[in-house]
Amino acid sequence: MNKIEVLKSELSHNFDLSNFVFSHQFGDDVIQSPKEQIIAILSYFKSSGRFDFLMDVCGVDFPHRPLRFDVVYHLFSSKDGSRLRIKCQVGENESVRSAIHIWRGADWFEREAFDMFGIVFEGHPNLTKILTHHQFVGHPLRKDYEADAQQHASEVLPIHFDSEPGMPGSILNENLVPLNIGPSHPAMHGTLRVMLELDGETIVRSKCDIGFLHRCFEKMAETHPYNQVIPYTDRLNYCSAPMNNVGYCKAVERLLGVEIPPKAQVMRIILCELSRIIDHIIAVGTGGVDLGALTAFFHLFTYREKVYSLFEKLCGARLTVALTRVGGMAQDAPEGWFDEVLSFCKEMREGVDEISKMLLDNKIFIKRTQGVCPVSAQDAIAWGYTGPLLRASGVNLDLRKTSPYYGYESLDFDVPVGTNGDIYDRYLVRIEEMRQSIKIIEQLCKNIPGGDYTIRDKGIVLPEKKDVYGNIEGLMNHFMLIIKGLRPPIGEVYDATEAANGELGFYLVSDGSANPYRLKVRPPCFAIYQSFSHVVKGAMIADAIATVASMNVIAGELDR
Amino acid sequence: MTSEAQSIDELSRSFAMTTRLDAIVAWGRKNALWPLPYGTACCGIELMSVMGPKYDLARFGAEVVRFSPRQADLLIVAGTITEKMAPVLVRIYQQMLEPKYVLSMGACASSGGFYRAYHVLQGCDMVIPVDVYVPGCPPTPEAVLDGIMTLQKMISDNKPRPWKDNWKCPYE
Repeated sequence: MNKIEVLKSELSHNFDLSNFVFSHQFGDDVIQSPKEQIIAILSYFKSSGRFDFLMDVCGVDFPHRPLRFDVVYHLFSSKDGSRLRIKCQVGENESVRSAIHIWRGADWFEREAFDMFGIVFEGHPNLTKILTHHQFVGHPLRKDYEADAQQHASEVLPIHFDSEPGMPGSILNENLVPLNIGPSHPAMHGTLRVMLELDGETIVRSKCDIGFLHRCFEKMAETHPYNQVIPYTDRLNYCSAPMNNVGYCKAVERLLGVEIPPKAQVMRIILCELSRIIDHIIAVGTGGVDLGALTAFFHLFTYREKVYSLFEKLCGARLTVALTRVGGMAQDAPEGWFDEVLSFCKEMREGVDEISKMLLDNKIFIKRTQGVCPVSAQDAIAWGYTGPLLRASGVNLDLRKTSPYYGYESLDFDVPVGTNGDIYDRYLVRIEEMRQSIKIIEQLCKNIPGGDYTIRDKGIVLPEKKDVYGNIEGLMNHFMLIIKGLRPPIGEVYDATEAANGELGFYLVSDGSANPYRLKVRPPCFAIYQSFSHVVKGAMIADAIATVASMNVIAGELDR
Repeated sequence: MTSEAQSIDELSRSFAMTTRLDAIVAWGRKNALWPLPYGTACCGIELMSVMGPKYDLARFGAEVVRFSPRQADLLIVAGTITEKMAPVLVRIYQQMLEPKYVLSMGACASSGGFYRAYHVLQGCDMVIPVDVYVPGCPPTPEAVLDGIMTLQKMISDNKPRPWKDNWKCPYE
């Protein structure tokens, strides 16, 4: 009996299943539920312990259907790594009940679905715009909204707060000091805005305002062919661009039902692990800067530059590489590249030890971070934390271990886990992960498989340039694929990879045309950052700065 | 030679030099740019490289990064400016003291780049005057250094900047 049948028989004890549809598509388990039952079924799965994570909530628009919207929930179980998609249909003027009382982490995801589609979540305490500016009219991800219909903002909202029970809402308390930080502030990394009310230096309440880098990734994906979306994915988490490329291509490949050759798999892992290292370099380096330790940042950047040189040799670009294609890699590695990666690993190993001494053994650093704003494992799961932050809270969850891909299962590496989820543990985990990534790369570079770097399916991958210019078949193939486009079958798939910040998921809906019908990104730091206001409540303002830095919020993937 | 003329002559041989006032002021300005890194996106990461150990903007006299607009005279717009961000950018520009210069780094800041999208401003020059545009997505650090050198040349030549003189705040 497969998984979905098990779920069905389990549910049949508690629910009348006549209105439910169970299916298994492209390797994903899906339950279609009536919207009245959605909260009951979500809380059943939560309380029975079958699924402990709510990974994503999003909307999909089908304007020609009587009930126009799909609300899609993605559940995940950290015990066996299984996933479940629950969908319900909602009409244009209808509402669906909010899941925020079951999983606190549903908060921003539901606000986003409201902002993008106008889906109303009944019972959500603060159902307001989140990504677009406050003067924006309409819901941009609806299919009838033009992709390039810009609306200008003339001002930024003044300091405001969420309505909470026992709090005066947007009215400021005249005995407290209101403080606005950002979006143009060094500690806010360029695009984050935090509004605080302070009693002395203690934070009484706070609110995050995001969306200052909302670049409409999802709308752009709907208006571009599959392979042209890859450069846009680069700019999600721009600190580790190749990981986004890999995550997106992996989702498309699963929908197409193709498996990439061993060499491409190995190259992708090497790129991912190099990216993990340089992403952690930025996280640890700027984290130090925010605490006043500038040296580590400049020192670490030397190593980042070395990885840039490796990327440059591979494709010509430094930061936004767009290295993968659907079906494999864009091109083969040049002669001797893997040896250079190996010698980089040797240098990096020393670099990590130095940084570890400079920061983790530093008295000031320890005092600023140890025991500061800890997040318990239970809270972390409720908020939807993944990646290094979740592991710092003591939960041993790494997709490379629980649902391995590209041969991670055959590699020897450890998953570092923290104990109390404070800021110090987060850096501890990140620095150890850099060591583990080096270990992975070294194992792979010593044993590079032969063969091609991409599949050679004429309907998916463009022929090589020498064939396009050299023979008529190649030319025809190139012409046809450009004109017709890469067309996956009708269907949908949710695919996740372990990115540097946590679970990076792509929910891809295809209607069989050359563009994705809907591409939802589940960015790891979106779920993490929504907990900020709660985590820093009652802390000192300097600790809030350290918390933002340790969450490693990358605006590109936060706002998309 | 009178004794007075002689002393001036001696003086000029020792430490004095003659120049035009505007030339020496421009020389000072061009070699002591204090940048405000308005890094919003990917270009901000590449701007770190420009400041970092390998490319080292300090060689051009512009290493004193200031996040306070009151202390900076070069606004480096590094990254996409969204519709939500535009009013903030204008506020920052207005808060900067004269003389002030703007360098637009990368395709997004210059024209919106490949984000022809509902929430992206199609170039920061729609709201503030820009002196130098640096192409690239993101530009290589060499390109940014070239942009800074171009700006330095503009400053030392005292080039007229009508786009700046004719600028009006879009929200007034």
